[in-house]
This record gives sequence, C-alpha cells and structure tokens, in this order.
Amino acid sequence: MKKEVVAEWQLLLYIAGQTPKSIKALENIKKYAEEHLAGKYSIEIIDLLKSPQLAEGDQILAVPTLVRKFPEPIRKIIGDLSNEERVLVGLNIKPVKS
Amino acid sequence: MKEQSKSHSFKFPKTPTGVDGLDEITEGGFPQGRPTLICGGAGCGKTLLSMQFLIKGITDYNEPGVFMSFEEPSDDLTLNVKSLGFDLEKLKADKKLVVDHVRVERSEIEEAGEYDLDGLFIRLGYAIDSIKAKRVVLDTVESLFSGLDNQAILRAELRRLFHWLKSKGVTAIITGERGDATLTKQGLEEYVSDCVIVLDHRVIEQVSTRRLRIVKYRGSTHGTNEYPFLIDADGISVLPITSLKLDNEVISDIIPTGIPGLNDMFELGGFYRGGNILISGTAGTAKTTIASYFAFQQCENKEKVIYFAFEESPQQLVRNMKSIGLDLEKHVKNGNLHIHSSRPSLNGLELHLLTCRKLIKEVQPTTIIIDPISNLITVGSPHEVRSMLVRLIDMLKGENITAMFTSLNKQTDSIRPDLAEESVSSLVDTWITVRDMEGIGERNRGVFIVKSRGMGHSNQVREFIITNKGIELLDIELGPQGILTGTARKSHLFTKTMSDIKLQNEISRKDREIARKRKVLEANIEALKNEFESAEEELNILRATEELQEKLTSKKNK
Repeated sequence: MKKEVVAEWQLLLYIAGQTPKSIKALENIKKYAEEHLAGKYSIEIIDLLKSPQLAEGDQILAVPTLVRKFPEPIRKIIGDLSNEERVLVGLNIKPVKS
Repeated sequence: MKEQSKSHSFKFPKTPTGVDGLDEITEGGFPQGRPTLICGGAGCGKTLLSMQFLIKGITDYNEPGVFMSFEEPSDDLTLNVKSLGFDLEKLKADKKLVVDHVRVERSEIEEAGEYDLDGLFIRLGYAIDSIKAKRVVLDTVESLFSGLDNQAILRAELRRLFHWLKSKGVTAIITGERGDATLTKQGLEEYVSDCVIVLDHRVIEQVSTRRLRIVKYRGSTHGTNEYPFLIDADGISVLPITSLKLDNEVISDIIPTGIPGLNDMFELGGFYRGGNILISGTAGTAKTTIASYFAFQQCENKEKVIYFAFEESPQQLVRNMKSIGLDLEKHVKNGNLHIHSSRPSLNGLELHLLTCRKLIKEVQPTTIIIDPISNLITVGSPHEVRSMLVRLIDMLKGENITAMFTSLNKQTDSIRPDLAEESVSSLVDTWITVRDMEGIGERNRGVFIVKSRGMGHSNQVREFIITNKGIELLDIELGPQGILTGTARKSHLFTKTMSDIKLQNEISRKDREIARKRKVLEANIEALKNEFESAEEELNILRATEELQEKLTSKKNK
C-alpha cells in the first residue's frame, strides 16, 4: 500500500450547528486523519448556520459534508463518515479494494 | 372574478403569476405561500414558466424571487431567457433576484453514513433572507435523485423541504420531469399537493401545440380544461378557450361595404361597426375581391385595417387588386393598411391567434380581415378552428373591431352552404354568400345575404360582374323563369331591343301608308276639282256663245 506523496491535506468539514451527526463526523475524520495522515493534514470546520454564504461556493447540499480541497481534484464525502472504508476511498487515501 | 366575490366574501389568497391568461384560469394565480408543482416532459416550458413567474413577480408585483436551478448553470439561464427580453443580470444587481445553481455531481460525491440536506436548506434560506424573497423556484429538484444514492433520506428531506418552504411563507414552484405512469418521475406529487399543473407538448399532424392543465388546486376552483399556450418572443401566454362573458358594448355605427350596390342591399346601408362578417363561397367567386373592397373603403375613411392573407403574399394581393382598379398600395404606403401574409401551416392555430392578437395590439386597427378562415382547417380540426375563432371573435368584440372572414366552401348544388361552415356561421353577425350560377354553358357570379343580425336586408340574389373598373352589381332582370343572369340576361335584353325596334318599324310603316293614302286622296280631290272646273268652263263657253247669238239676232231685228 503506497501512500501518495503529497505535501499537505486540506480538509474542510461543513456542518450546520452542533448536531449529533456533525459531532460524530468530526470525531470520525479526526480519527481517520490521525491514523492515516498524521502531521500532514489540516481540518477546517465551517458552520453554515454562522456563515451560510459559504455554502454556495463549494456546492454544499447535504450536511455534514467533508471536502478535500487539496490535493486536487476536489472530493466530497457526505454523511457522518461512520463508514470508514468509504471515507478513505472517497478521500483517495486508500485505493478501492479489488 | 367579480361575480365570485359577490357570492363569497372569502377569497383564497393567491399570488398572480404574471403569465398571460394563467391568472384567469387559476382565478388569480398560484396558492400564496404554498408550493406548486409544475410537471411535464422535456421542452414543454417548465423552466420558462417558472422563470416568468419570478421575473413578472419582480417587475410587476415587486416580489423578489429566488431561482434555484439544479440543471442549468446560472449563466446559461441568463442567456436563455435574455432572448425573451428578461434581463437577469440587472435584476440580480438590483438585489431582486438570486439565481443559485446547485450542482450535484455523482462522481464527486461519496456517501458515508447518515446525512441530511440542511446545506440546501441553509443555502435557500440564506438566499431568501438576503433579498426578502416572496417567490421561490426549484428547478428541477428531481436532479437530486440522480446525484444521491440514499433515496430514503432524500424523500424524507424533500418532504421536510416543502414543509419548510410553507413555513417560510414563500410561494414556490417546484418543477418535475414527467414520469411514465405518474405525473413526475419521482412521485413529487405526493409531497407537493396544493396545486399541480401539467404541461404537455403534443404534435398532431405535424403541428405542435403546447398545452397546460391544472390537475388540482386545493382550496380553489379553477379551469379544468387543457389550455393551449404559446412560447414566443415575450414568454409564455396561455389562451383560455372561452374567456368570459358576452357583455361587450354595442355600437350602432354603420360602416359601408365599399361596394355601392351591396350597400343598398342592407337596409341601413352597410355593416354594423364591431360586427363579424362572413363571406362564403366556392372557389373563384370573388371573396377576396369583396374583402379587398371593404378594406379599401375602410382605409379611404382613414380607418386602420389589418389584412391577414393566408393564401397570397402582400405584393400579389396588391397586384391582383390593381387589375380591377383598386389601389391598395396607396394605403399600404400611408400606413392605413397592413397586410400580413403567412401560410396556415407555418404554425399552429394558437400561434396564429397570438400573431393576430399581437398585431392588433400593435396596430390598433378598427377592422381586420382574415382571408380565408377555411384554410386554417389544414392546421386543426374544425372543432379547434371554431374554438380559435370564438376566442378571436371574443377578443375583437371586446375591442369593437369589425372583422371580415372569408370562407371557401365546397361546390354544392344547394344554395345553402355546407354544414362545416354553419358551425362558424352561428358566430357571425352578417353572412354574405357569393356563388356561381351555372347555366347555358357559362358561369355567373351572384351575391346574396344569408343573414344580417339587427338589420333588414334584401332577399334577392344579385348578379355582379368584375371588370377592370371593379365590381359592379347589376340590376335585377326578371325573365319568365325568374332572375336572368349573364348571357340569358343579355339575350333577354337583346330580344327586348329587337322587339322594340320591330315595333318602331311597324309604326313608321303605318305612318308612311297613311301618308300615301292621304296623297291618293288628295290626288283624287284634285282630279275631281279639275273635272268640275272643266265642266264649268264648258258651261261658260256655252253661255257666252248663247249671249253672242242673242246679240246678233237683236241687231238684225232692229
């Protein structure tokens, strides 16, 4: 399993208030990032209730949404991120198992 | 509407749509503060209708709107509606309109666990709040179904969305693609059930017509028919089949027919202003000529006329009428006469009707001529043509425009026109029929008045001829078998003159004979006179001789 060589991972997590789903999502992503991307990532949390104008830019529909800003291309994962497999595949941290 | 408010004091709150005619059908507009579902197949005008709803809301009712597009990017939308004269950029700059394009790209999105669509709610809520929107359009929410996998969440969220929209108090339009068995592919009608409108685009005999139907409208009555609607340079307009009531004003002005003899056939010397005149007849009976005469006469009286020619081009019409001494060109040039030519099959009946309406609005004529209406049958069924004409006539009556229609009917032996035409005939006020009168190897034209509402009229069939000086109605010529026309008329006239001449000759012959007789008489008198004179003379001679003898004898005796 080769890891892609990248300088940094920029992750954005869009939430709408401190709902159980968003708290769970935050916990989950932190856990995965520590596991797989220790020291190479940043997570920014955007609360749409506080800054709703940001929703349009990243085409946010569902919350919580995790956006991988960098490395490109932009990827989005929606949901509480409880399905680790899909999150890792979605973020391209882990290739799809054949 | 007025009548309604009399009977009910409560009026269902409605938001006017700003779409021509749709407010009439819905009796005021869409339900206020509730979502309305508009569904239909591809290309039937869902997006346009909802866009028009928003824009008219802004321009006519000062109600800001949010357009949330799930399909087209906002630049495309701007461009698309620009051709209809809507300037989205300006409205956006004025903070009256927000266009938000929600892009749902399946390839970009991975679903991992539970989620909800609060993002969408927030976006929409933010857009609504930022301009205090009263109107919202979601076009087409169903795109979400192709972008997201979890249908259960999606459905629950949509339900929540529509409730939320209601609680926001905005009048919303949700569009949906038509499904096979259901109104929309994803069964949106389950969620939005206050008002459902179905748009439909049908092609019948190569002519396409768009139609609109209100499937349901909770809390209000509405028109239930399928109404044709049009998309043209000004957006959508819906045409209610029958508007209304027959309560237009009536004018008793008389306008001349343009043909002197024909005027005399009407008791008051012409048509009523604002009436509808039908001229029917078989091919080549000079319907167009009569119509042109009327148009010409109206133009001469400084009235504006629109001539809708479905058979001839303007130039052709002008040329043809010139050949009988009618100078239409003069009036085309000075702007009194507008000739509008198009093939009936160019577009559907509805578009024809709309073209008529538009031109009428533009030119403000007092008279229009449609030549011929029978050609429209090629585009629609007689029933449709009739319904179109009803609407046209309704509109014309409303504006007191005099209308003349010509109609070609089939050659029949009976003097009454065929049945197809009778359907139209009950709509018109005055009906003139021109017909062929065939006999002794020739064809003559006759004109008569079938009906003329509110005016006495001649019951005669008058023959008329067309020369290079125009139409001339001939005097009635009665023969032993009725009215005589054409050659029969001529031969009748000829025999009449012949007998006149003969009589004249006879008289002069008799005169001469008398003269001769007098001469003979005079000659006889002269002869007798002469005889008498000679007898007298003889007597005198005898007397003289006797006197002489007496003298002589007396001398002897002395």
